[in-house]
Amino acid sequence: MGIMLKIDNINVYYGAIHAIKGISLEVDKGEIVTLIGANGAGKSTTLRTISGLLKPRTGKISFEDKIISGMPAHRIVECGVSQVPEGRRIFANMTVMENLELGAYIRKDKNAIQNDLKRVFKHFPRLAERKKQEAGTLSGGEQQMLAMGRALMSSPRLLLLDEPSMGLAPLLIKEIFAIIKDINEAGTTILLVEQNANMALSIANRAYVLETGKITLSGDAKELAASEEVRKAYLGG
Amino acid sequence: MGIMDQFLQQLINGISLGSIYALIALGYTMVYGIIKLINFAHGDIYMVGAYIGFFCITILHWPVLPALVASMILTGILGMLVERFAYRPLRSAPRISVLITAIGVSFFLEYTMMYFVTPQPRTFPSVLEDAAYHFGPFVVNNQQIMIFAITIILMAILTYIVQYTKVGKAMRAVSFDTETAQLMGINANRIISVTFGIGSALAAAAGVLVGIYYNSIDPLMGIMPGLKAFVAAVLGGIGILPGAAAGGIILGIIEALVSGFISSTFRDAAAFAILILVLLFKPSGLLGKNTNEKV
Ligand SMILES: Nc1ncnc2c1ncn2[C@@H]1O[C@H](COP(=O)(O)OP(=O)(O)OP(=O)(O)O)[C@@H](O)[C@H]1O
Ligand SMILES: [Mg+2]
Repeated sequence: MGIMLKIDNINVYYGAIHAIKGISLEVDKGEIVTLIGANGAGKSTTLRTISGLLKPRTGKISFEDKIISGMPAHRIVECGVSQVPEGRRIFANMTVMENLELGAYIRKDKNAIQNDLKRVFKHFPRLAERKKQEAGTLSGGEQQMLAMGRALMSSPRLLLLDEPSMGLAPLLIKEIFAIIKDINEAGTTILLVEQNANMALSIANRAYVLETGKITLSGDAKELAASEEVRKAYLGG
Repeated sequence: MGIMDQFLQQLINGISLGSIYALIALGYTMVYGIIKLINFAHGDIYMVGAYIGFFCITILHWPVLPALVASMILTGILGMLVERFAYRPLRSAPRISVLITAIGVSFFLEYTMMYFVTPQPRTFPSVLEDAAYHFGPFVVNNQQIMIFAITIILMAILTYIVQYTKVGKAMRAVSFDTETAQLMGINANRIISVTFGIGSALAAAAGVLVGIYYNSIDPLMGIMPGLKAFVAAVLGGIGILPGAAAGGIILGIIEALVSGFISSTFRDAAAFAILILVLLFKPSGLLGKNTNEKV
């Protein structure tokens, strides 16, 4: 299993605010890696930097041995990295189907797109029933499914998920996490950002803990879930 | 002529004038929808379009339709160049800087054109037979039919592009949420450029049609229709395509009625009175929801 994503000592700023302070992390092909941390730790900033929406001031990011930091965001999608952004950010004024079509924007092969559409509908049967519905009228859980389906439509090799559990009922969170595991088992590598550390650690292979822009702990997900430090800070006891 | 007949006659005149406002307003609203810029140079783009059509007809002796298409293409490219070199470098600058730049571009186009074509108005050749058709008491002339037909065709094409093509979906996506559109692999800069191109091409069509309708063009001809089209876009709900079309037609009809029944001196005043009323009572426009819905 080779290294798929490598973040090498990046520093990211919002103007004068130093949001990411020298983070390094790696994701191997086939893994689920989770990045956990409290509000404002810099989780979203990290994902946004991987996707090219933000540029690191120093340090570099490579994906499949190609340096992607510095590339425009749309080129990074073409490299095979897709993101489900925080808050879902679906195109609310378009139909479910149009949202999924936009997910496949970079692709030309109609047959392959059809196959992926079938795959998305298999993961999320509710989207199939609501193809023609305006996306803004979906429930929160359905919107999360749409955002994930949309990201899968680009057929990514690495899927970045930013707080997929946000605002969802516990039962729905279970459902979403089971699907994340299915997606991974079908061959997509996953980097999962979560505040819900319990759930994230339960499906991840490895984890990194982020605190105010720095990685403070990392290791095997099961071991971290058992460790005193993580339990106190993130697992409520 | 009875008052009702006169009313209907002004309605016909208003629809042709309004079609022109609508074509210009569409470009305003598309650009606003995608980068939140009131492109004050848009009226001057329309003026350049009129001149390109004029030269195709007078110097190259082209028929009107090829001249119209050539003008749309070249003016579309001009719009893309303006975006690329004047607005794109300011993408993350404060909005007021971009607005001032737009006014600068407007002057630049006006006075560059004056240098090359002189400030003298030119007589646009009459490209259509001066036929008028009488339907009972109403008169519709060839020019009006042409303006209306071309406007309808262009709006149908635009609707098709925006609703059903890949680039149209990308335009809606960028306009709704630029960042997320980029996460779909959409090159937002390219889509913004295409939007300027299409908006400018529509303005060029309006310019050529106005030349045909009023027979006269000059380098400052874009100022008033530019402002009027802006009013039309706000009236319909800025950023909303059907709103711009409806706003343009409504404005044209109101102006025609005001000049027919009151006095043509109040025509322009009517347009700006409408702007003030809309801003006071429904700033989101006739078709606007009170959220920030776009395109
Ligand atoms: N656009 C911005 N401008 C300035 N500062 C920002 C901006 N976005 C985020 N920050 C700051 O950067 C830091 C990291 O924010 P980030 O959104 O990455 O946190 P997060 O870990 O995703 O938090 P959450 O769990 O609440 O989503 C925070 O201190 C935040 O205030
Ligand atoms: Mg976040």
